Amino acid sequence: MTTATITETGGPTDVAREADADAPTGRTTLLTDTVTVFVRELRPMLRDPFSVIFSMIQPLFFLALFAPLLPKADDGGSALQWFVPGIVVMSCLFGTSMTGSNLLFEIQTGSHERMLVTPLRRPALLLGRALKEIAPTFVQALIIVVICVPFSFDLHVGGVLVGLLILSLLCVGLGALSYALALASAQQTWLFWAVQQTLLFPLLLLAGVLLPLDDAPGWLKALSAANPLSYVVDAERRLFAGEVLAADTLWGLLAAGAVAALGLVVGTRAMSRAS
Amino acid sequence: MISTTSTAPATAPVIRTQGLTKQFTSRKQTVDAVRGLDLRVDEGELVALLGPNGAGKSTTLRMLTTLLPPTAGTAQVAGFDITRQRSAVRARIGYIGQGNGAGQSQRGRDELLSQGRCYGMSRAATAARADELIASLDLTGVADRKVSTMSGGQRRRLDIALGLVHSPRLLFLDEPSTGLDPQNRVNLQEHVRALRARHGTTVVLTTHYLDEADALAERVIIIDHGQLIADDTPAGLKARHADSELVLAFDDAADAQRAADRLRQHVPDRPARIEPVPDPSGARRPPGAQVVLRAADAPRLLPRLLRDLEEAGLAPAAATAASPTLDDVFLSLTGRSLRDAGGAESADADAADANAKETPA
Repeated sequence: MTTATITETGGPTDVAREADADAPTGRTTLLTDTVTVFVRELRPMLRDPFSVIFSMIQPLFFLALFAPLLPKADDGGSALQWFVPGIVVMSCLFGTSMTGSNLLFEIQTGSHERMLVTPLRRPALLLGRALKEIAPTFVQALIIVVICVPFSFDLHVGGVLVGLLILSLLCVGLGALSYALALASAQQTWLFWAVQQTLLFPLLLLAGVLLPLDDAPGWLKALSAANPLSYVVDAERRLFAGEVLAADTLWGLLAAGAVAALGLVVGTRAMSRAS
Repeated sequence: MISTTSTAPATAPVIRTQGLTKQFTSRKQTVDAVRGLDLRVDEGELVALLGPNGAGKSTTLRMLTTLLPPTAGTAQVAGFDITRQRSAVRARIGYIGQGNGAGQSQRGRDELLSQGRCYGMSRAATAARADELIASLDLTGVADRKVSTMSGGQRRRLDIALGLVHSPRLLFLDEPSTGLDPQNRVNLQEHVRALRARHGTTVVLTTHYLDEADALAERVIIIDHGQLIADDTPAGLKARHADSELVLAFDDAADAQRAADRLRQHVPDRPARIEPVPDPSGARRPPGAQVVLRAADAPRLLPRLLRDLEEAGLAPAAATAASPTLDDVFLSLTGRSLRDAGGAESADADAADANAKETPA
């Protein structure tokens, strides 16, 4: 399949955003713009809460059909204690990596264009969307935890809360990257799915979500060490076991923070360039 | 002594372009979508940009609405520069694009509320405005439904509502009635007219529907191959540029031939054609023949021709003189009919136009 790549010749750029004190309808700021986009993105989920379940169908299958195959932990505890934090990260990865397809659809139908003609600040178009990713991620984590509690899964509320904080950074970053990918794929939709599907499982397996990498060969361990998700999964396992004050927590926080920073920089740049 | 400073016009133009140009490069080929457009639109005008697909209408609109930066030239919209003061332009215009402005997973009313917030309107003002628009655009029953469940006409009306939430003084509509059934097209035209009448909104729309431009616009700008080729009222364009068709039917084919020879004296530069009389049922060919010729101001020419033919004993059995249409204007100006001008020769610019939607600036 060949696709025409169209580049524009010339064209001056918007050098600086001028202050528009006498805007005819009202003043906005980057914060109000971000809230506007955030609320708009959140509404369909509030109107139709079941939509949150669809993007976590696969993680739920892994929980139901894969977790029972795991051997008991060394100390005789439930394998769920080890497995569930990874599934929470997996659910976050699945949901947020797909979220760019919503933007892709809006680019194709025209509603993104409609918003580009409004005075919304371009970074807000990304920030609001990326921040919204926190909501389904939290709901999904909650569902997973609630499902597992009856099956000898020890709930440590403090640890889980810190775990959610780290997770929120991760999903903002991954969501922003997914939106950036959508903007890059605007003229060839297949590219979005090709990249998303190609990256999804390597990231998942290298983070040791399904099986531990303790006995992995050196090269696999090296790849795993380069995967920021590995640190997040390790941190989540500690936190879900109630160990908040551990070095792993800090590493997880740093890794998730790095993903968030990268995603927001790449995403806001892509959004500003795309309009 | 009175100073000789130049007096500015009473009202500044709402839109002013100087040498506005857009090129797209696709597979190492450069397509000139818009070439050096100089345009002025004053407050309260209702202007239609008319032209075949790929003529550069939408690209022009996309530049004026800050969606595309021009390759060269400048433009001021609502007093602000479209490249250096984009957000000030955006705050002052409304835009109804070719696609559906409302997100498919959203509810109609929710989108209206979001739209108001995008322009910094207060929650209360937006809610009141949304109610008003839902009522006036006949969306009462469907506003709280998901957009994906609405019909095409309902979605288009919602698009219009979205473009009007912040009561813009200047409204752009890109192919507003494409895909609408005749009833909804008339409905949309009524809304645009009402907007003008009630609020004095300046309206700029693109269309490739001739009758729409004719019925709606007070000023028609014809664009072909990225250039402005005519700019006048529909009546002015027709008076100045259009020939229209005269048809005289005769029961006797020989009479038709004699009449055609005689008509040459009246319209020497336009040879008349002789055609068989068309038969709508196709059952049998009616006897006789008809004389067809194109002439400037055909309706005014007809009585004179009839008198003359009658004197010569060649009175036709039937006579029609079509009023010139904007298609006749386009035909006179370009030698092509607008109905089939969007063909192969402009396909490249067309593709560029379509792809431009997603082109990163």
